[in-house]
Amino acid sequence: MTMPLPMETNGSGTLPLKAPAFGLANYLICLKGVLVREGLRFLHQRERFISSLVRPLLWLFIFAAGFRQVLGVSIIPPYKTYVLYEVYITPGLCGMILLFSGMQSSLSMVYDREMGNMRTLLISPFPRWFLLVSKLLAGVTVSIAQVYVFLAVAWFWGVKAPPLGYLMVLPALFLGGLMLCSLGLLLSSMIRQLENFAGVMNFVIFPMYFASPALYPLWRIQESSPLLHKICLANPFTYVVELIRFAFYGQIDWMSLGVVAGFTVLFLGGAIIAYDPSRGLMTRKQDTGGNA
Amino acid sequence: MAALDVSTVSHSYGARRALNDVSFQIAPASFTVLLGLNGAGKTTLFSLISHLYDTRHGSIRIFGHDIRRAPGEALRRLGIVFQARTLDLDLSVYQNLSYHASLHGIGRAEARRRIDAVMETVEMSGKLHDKARSLSGGQMRRVEIARALLHQPHLLLLDEATVGLDVQSRAGILANIRRLVATEGISVFWATHLIDEVGDGDHVVVLSNGNLVAKGYVAEVVAATGAKTIGEAFAKLSGKTPAAGEEPLP
Repeated sequence: MTMPLPMETNGSGTLPLKAPAFGLANYLICLKGVLVREGLRFLHQRERFISSLVRPLLWLFIFAAGFRQVLGVSIIPPYKTYVLYEVYITPGLCGMILLFSGMQSSLSMVYDREMGNMRTLLISPFPRWFLLVSKLLAGVTVSIAQVYVFLAVAWFWGVKAPPLGYLMVLPALFLGGLMLCSLGLLLSSMIRQLENFAGVMNFVIFPMYFASPALYPLWRIQESSPLLHKICLANPFTYVVELIRFAFYGQIDWMSLGVVAGFTVLFLGGAIIAYDPSRGLMTRKQDTGGNA
Repeated sequence: MAALDVSTVSHSYGARRALNDVSFQIAPASFTVLLGLNGAGKTTLFSLISHLYDTRHGSIRIFGHDIRRAPGEALRRLGIVFQARTLDLDLSVYQNLSYHASLHGIGRAEARRRIDAVMETVEMSGKLHDKARSLSGGQMRRVEIARALLHQPHLLLLDEATVGLDVQSRAGILANIRRLVATEGISVFWATHLIDEVGDGDHVVVLSNGNLVAKGYVAEVVAATGAKTIGEAFAKLSGKTPAAGEEPLP
């Protein structure tokens, strides 16, 4: 894929009829454009940024403080000593940010589709899969930025991971964010109206979050409800949290890595198919409505 | 080679047929008006041409590139102004245009040069750094036209681009687009239900209830229907009185 930049024109204000194919540089320009746009939108929506921070901080400052005495956490990998409950739930709260942010990006896709902005993206000459992956990467980048702001606040609160852990957790955040944003993308292809998004909150976000080791270790869940424990094991978010938790201590939980990678491929593949006009759900939606 | 070649295209929404076996061609560097009342199938046709919908029956070629088999090549040669507003209201005009440029793989320096040029074309140079939200309806339309021209397309589709605009904005936009055909050699496919936007020398394609009921130059369509004006011909073909615009164009 090679092409000289800037694109050559024929001098008459139109692209040459036999224009060269897009090269790698053009793909990177497209990706950068989608990233910049997502970043600008995020900066313009300060409320979104603040609420994305307030949610996990409330859990850390209030919920964790209250439960510290009630919920004992035994020494379980990756921890080598007893840890404060605040330390235990921090990976789960990072996962919470990724989860909500992934769903937020799905919400913005539905909004864009309703408002017509989505068409601007979909009529780009780049392959549809590439546009969706670009959108996905933009969403993940914004999510990771939010996580690091949260971790900075938590650090000042006294919740600290090993210094190298802040770097080691980056790939885990990236992969976890990719999985959750892919899920959001897939869901956005199924949600016809913005109003239906409340259903996503109730049926996807909350069950995924609570049926996971984000707030309490799996062995505790198993003790109180074997059924819930099985549900937790079937929940892909469980593995995102564990992947992040181990990464903070410079370890790789291979099981979690495999599951998260597998679900990322599954969700992303589903979203690409769903947004493909010749194969996906968007095609089926054409058949049920639209302005003639 | 035709700028646009629509061949036996049909499309349904469930049991409802929105387009029925539609075929026509648009010549390069021509201004073609797609006439049809609301619900005639204009937006469906545009959605198929722009690959938002899949063409399951028939074929659509843009300068020889099949929209289904080579969508990238076809879309590179196509500029589109949708009926619904598609600017991101939270971003500035420049940011909206710059985003579009990147979606067409155009680098920053070249994008800047082209943005300045297209904003001048639509007479909006002074508004480059304004928030899209602060623009009037007519100004937003001009920016959308500028955006559609940014990647230097050969074929420009405009779906009811003047709906809801005051008479001066409508006339200005129409004149601007007609100038592009003459000066840049761009082919324009202009969908409207406003009969006064049709010029005497235009090529027209008339849709009614998803069927192509007439195509050809205005004089040919008028003669074929035995009418005196294109308005009368359109009324006969569609079975209804056409709209003449909120206010007739000067």
